[in-house]
Amino acid sequence: MKTRTILTISAAVMATGAFAQDKSVTIASWGGSYQEAQSKALFEPAAANTGIEVKQETYGGMSDVRLQVSSGQVTLDIVASGSGSAARAAAEGLLEKLDYNVIDVSTFYPGLYTDYCIGGDVFSTVYAWNTNTYGENGPQSWADFWDVEKFPGSRAYRGKVAGALEGALMADGVAPADVYSVLDSEEGIERAIDKIRELKPHISVFWTSGAQHAQLMKDGEVDMTTGWNGRFDNAAKDGAKVAYSFNQALLDYDCFAVPKGAPNRDTAMMFLNEISKPEYQDDLPKYITYGPTNKAAYETGEITADVAAGLPSSPDNAAMQLPVSLDWYAKWETIAAEMYQEMLTE
Amino acid sequence: MEAVRTNEAGLRRDEWLERLKLFGLGSPAILLILVILVIPVGWLFYVSFIGADGTFSLENYERMLKRKSYARIFQTTFEVSFLTTGLCILIGYPLAYFIAGLPNRIANLCLITVLLPFWTSLLVRTYAWLVLLQKRGLVNEWAISLGLWDEPIKMVHNMTGTLIGMVHIMLPFLILPVYGAMKAIDRDLMKAASNLGASPRRAFWTVFFPLTLPGLFAGSLMVFILCLGFFVTPAVLGGGKVIMVSMKIVSNIELFVNWGAASALGVVLLVSTMVILWIASRFLNLEKMTGGGH
Repeated sequence: MKTRTILTISAAVMATGAFAQDKSVTIASWGGSYQEAQSKALFEPAAANTGIEVKQETYGGMSDVRLQVSSGQVTLDIVASGSGSAARAAAEGLLEKLDYNVIDVSTFYPGLYTDYCIGGDVFSTVYAWNTNTYGENGPQSWADFWDVEKFPGSRAYRGKVAGALEGALMADGVAPADVYSVLDSEEGIERAIDKIRELKPHISVFWTSGAQHAQLMKDGEVDMTTGWNGRFDNAAKDGAKVAYSFNQALLDYDCFAVPKGAPNRDTAMMFLNEISKPEYQDDLPKYITYGPTNKAAYETGEITADVAAGLPSSPDNAAMQLPVSLDWYAKWETIAAEMYQEMLTE
Repeated sequence: MEAVRTNEAGLRRDEWLERLKLFGLGSPAILLILVILVIPVGWLFYVSFIGADGTFSLENYERMLKRKSYARIFQTTFEVSFLTTGLCILIGYPLAYFIAGLPNRIANLCLITVLLPFWTSLLVRTYAWLVLLQKRGLVNEWAISLGLWDEPIKMVHNMTGTLIGMVHIMLPFLILPVYGAMKAIDRDLMKAASNLGASPRRAFWTVFFPLTLPGLFAGSLMVFILCLGFFVTPAVLGGGKVIMVSMKIVSNIELFVNWGAASALGVVLLVSTMVILWIASRFLNLEKMTGGGH
């Protein structure tokens, strides 16, 4: 069911001996071009420098962590997670509190780390379009994404509620700053879902994974879709005719958490401290266009002005976007997901 | 008199011993079924009554009544399974009939081609359909360049694509038992029917077809039940709009903190399948149909 790629990095050879060589951590992430980027920029160099042996796996998300914690068979030390699901897992008691005496967050952006999860990269949920269909003058707002007269063509939209309602409300005329206060009731959620109902005849696919929305654009199966910006950049590198805009996009971050009862908890804290340092974070954009969570990564000179301009967290881009509200997801996601499912099955 | 009674008691004891031996032979299988079927299903049943706060609760079932989407998901699941089974019969039965009429060597070759897809992973076959059927897939490109149609036809990311993929995967499960039943029929019976003046059509419907029913029902049942639990094919070819119970089970595991939300779906699927089979068995003699009654 699950492709379990275990990549052992024999870093012990390179360790200087001052570090304990028998230390190891098992990290689970999402696979694909995302984990590849994490592996090349963060895990492998950090393993080489600390002598901590890293075992990598792919996993299915916090439900795997819940299964491990509830059965007392925890094998994972560090998991990569969306910020929202990490917050929910923390509320459920599935995560260890992070030790910020060990992990240095003094140069982190405020709000990109919590007691239970430390930011690893910043990404955006954007709308993307086929440049063959629309040229460079694609949609520039959610209202454009909804405008099937000005931009005729088929759409793809997310099959889950996360990141799906905010854009719909903005298309319905709600100012970005008011989106989460409007969504703070079942009526508000229904309003957003009604807006998606309106577009539904033009939505030919409801996507369920990042790899899928990238493929949909590569194949030209749809003319427009929502999705995660880094996947589109990587698809464009592979020759896909795709462009996207940061205007009204949703600014979000991925983070690293430690499951409750992780076998190598202390080593995990040390390793998290290592990969959060600017000298690793500044390499991440070379492999995927996700921005660093550590401000100091912009000052090492590794991230050129050109590259920075394309990252979700660059000041200009961040200013155009709506930061995702973790509090809203903690309070409403379950209810909203059930309401969203109503719309999908109609 | 005395001797007879001893004999009778002896016979009874022998019978009892033999039953015990048979039970002994069957016990590993019984144990296996107990461990891998009865206990887990019982556990599933139990967990489905545990609410989010860890106590006994009906909330997982109440949710299914409250939200219309659950009923629609079950409806889609049964609809897809019925349609797939029906299409498999329409395509599979004539094919099995054709193969059964061929000389043995060629028939074996044909059966190998029927079985061939089994050696390719289900995931690969499903994605292959996506590549073939999508908007700029092979089928649309060829058809447009040949002038068969002008605009790409939507054959995937919908019910049509789901059915194409599922019928392809399920077809061998129907063809094999039907073929088996056909091969077991004494072809002289058909000759006898013609001898008695039956037209080929009449001979087929009154003699041949009823004899293939056990195979047909066994195959259909297998296809139908396997379809109910399908996940990959509808998830990939349905475009997120064909949502079956298995997909909802996965999303409930991710969404709710308690396992009960997903378990309850499994319980309802199990119970409704059993009800359907029970109704079917009222109208059709299932035991006889599946060949178990002989």
